[in-house]
Amino acid sequence: MSFVKYLISGISLGSVYALIALGYTMVYGIAKMLNFAHGDVIMIGAFTTYTICSTLGMSPAVGVLAAVVLCTLLGMGIEKVAYKPLRKASSPLAVLITAIGVSYLLQNVALLIFGANTKAFASVVSFPALELAGGAISVTGETIVTILSCIAIMICLMIFIKKTKAGQAMLAVSEDKGAAQLMGINVNGTIALTFAIGSALAAIAGVLLCSAYPSLNPYTGSMPGIKAFVAAVFGGIGSIPGAFIGGILLGIIEIFAKAYISSQVADAIVFAVLIVVLLIKPTGILGRNIQEKV
Amino acid sequence: MKTAFMTKLRSNKALKSNLITFGMVIIAYILMEILMAAGVLSNLLKGLLVPLCVYAILAVSLNLTVGILGELSLGHAGFMCVGAFSSAFFSKCMQEAIPIAGVRFTLAILIGALCAGLFGILIGIPVLRLKGDYLAIVTLAFGEIIKNLVNILYIGIDENGFHFSTKSSLELNMSENGKIIIQGAQGITGTPNDSGFTVGILLLLITLFIVLNLIHSRDGRAIMAIRDNTIAAESVGINITKYKLMAFSISAALAGVAGVLYAHNISTLTALPKNFGYNMSIMILVFVVLGGVGNIRGSIIAAVILTLLPELLRGLNDYRMLIYAVVLIAMMLFNWAPSCIRWREKMTYWLKSKKPVKNSGKEA
Repeated sequence: MSFVKYLISGISLGSVYALIALGYTMVYGIAKMLNFAHGDVIMIGAFTTYTICSTLGMSPAVGVLAAVVLCTLLGMGIEKVAYKPLRKASSPLAVLITAIGVSYLLQNVALLIFGANTKAFASVVSFPALELAGGAISVTGETIVTILSCIAIMICLMIFIKKTKAGQAMLAVSEDKGAAQLMGINVNGTIALTFAIGSALAAIAGVLLCSAYPSLNPYTGSMPGIKAFVAAVFGGIGSIPGAFIGGILLGIIEIFAKAYISSQVADAIVFAVLIVVLLIKPTGILGRNIQEKV
Repeated sequence: MKTAFMTKLRSNKALKSNLITFGMVIIAYILMEILMAAGVLSNLLKGLLVPLCVYAILAVSLNLTVGILGELSLGHAGFMCVGAFSSAFFSKCMQEAIPIAGVRFTLAILIGALCAGLFGILIGIPVLRLKGDYLAIVTLAFGEIIKNLVNILYIGIDENGFHFSTKSSLELNMSENGKIIIQGAQGITGTPNDSGFTVGILLLLITLFIVLNLIHSRDGRAIMAIRDNTIAAESVGINITKYKLMAFSISAALAGVAGVLYAHNISTLTALPKNFGYNMSIMILVFVVLGGVGNIRGSIIAAVILTLLPELLRGLNDYRMLIYAVVLIAMMLFNWAPSCIRWREKMTYWLKSKKPVKNSGKEA
């Protein structure tokens, strides 16, 4: 029975990683950059909901909506100010370091506004726990909402990319920027849209993460951010189904490692699995292998 | 003799550049010593002198991987961790056996460098098969694994020899007069304080000597050829694996040396996310990129400036890290954005055309 319980909580944690990893992987696919500030957008989203729900006492729906709107604007703003000027820079490292700078900036802004103390995040889910197998397994409302919303978002995203013009434009830009521009696609607009979607997903992930693990401080987002990055690489960075699979697998591995081996080395085990996967399949589970030519 | 040296210096650009780098470090050392003797230096700055050497060595060694080998490594702090713990372990064990600090510390440096270098080879063999961002994430993963494993390591010593455990200090099953050396998350306490500013500068000079010599050697040119075009380098008979591993392990060993210096400068050595986590690796990468990828002198300057900047801004309290972040972003944009580069070129042109007499150099 405990196996099923761990599996469910693993899928729940994995869903959060998957949501964050989707943002990572979309941005990577289109802008070819590792957005190190993505984890901190999660934290900003969670703080927004915290402020609106706990401090101002408004309803959770308003809080989540505000977090999504704010993070979307934030993501677009960061892209415009910090990343866009460096898109044609001679070294890809330049934008990586700028992303690290943005990450420091967001952490310290949060530190100034909210202080370093860890806050107790009130769950936004007012859903009763589900009793399964005659009460042997109890699934919390947060878990159900997290898993369901992750699946729903995933399906919406797939439909958006397959069926809409903007989604097709995203695929085209990630394939070849120059050719996409020649076909009349607004490359800058498409990249901004990608950042907007990625950041909105990060906001939702932040709220769900903090509902399940209710401690919030300015550094809350950085470790899940790194883990989600690992999940994105795990599934094959740039691939949307890959990010989903990678996230879920990573969550399950982490919870199992914590439960059956040792909570102290859980992170080490997660990273070790990543290394093994990459050594067997160097571009991740669903990544495409591109042959390099002279 | 002197004239021959001068002609050689004039014709050999690399030699001149190297001498400037060495001179810069030595002048900085003399300056600091004078300031210290005069008593102008605050205690805060005095405490920063050894960390400055540590960061400078780390930046130079990472530049070997990022700038010369051309591979992005995000796990450099892991190698520093290996160097720090292996050497601190050695010093702690040998505290009575080797009473002379100089000898003990020299051996500790060698052991730290050797262990970190070995880890560099072990990790390098699988990692260097990967490319680009995949390599970056795997090095990050290795760094985190090293940090995590050190945190659960317990080692004690008694008359029966060493005892290992990964659970707790009680599980070591030691006799009564046993001594715990590495105590899991509490790390190593009471490492002899053998390092100092002079030692730090000496190690930095040795690091510079190794790296600069490597760059200008046949091996260094082979490594840079791999960086510029791996397939072309392979086709002219360069052994890719050998040279990649060589650069990576030397870089790791030098990071280990920085770890040795770090470990012997503090009383309690623990593996926290702050000192050996990926944040540290990223900070070193920031030094390297800001100083100029592949530019060894730049790495040192950037390491010094970026370490001093938050300390100098200490008066601004809570705002200092915020300002640090803004300055970092602004510097990156100013240095790298194509539009900023064009604007800078325009400005220099405008300045030159405005004052043609002063800048032409004819007056001098």
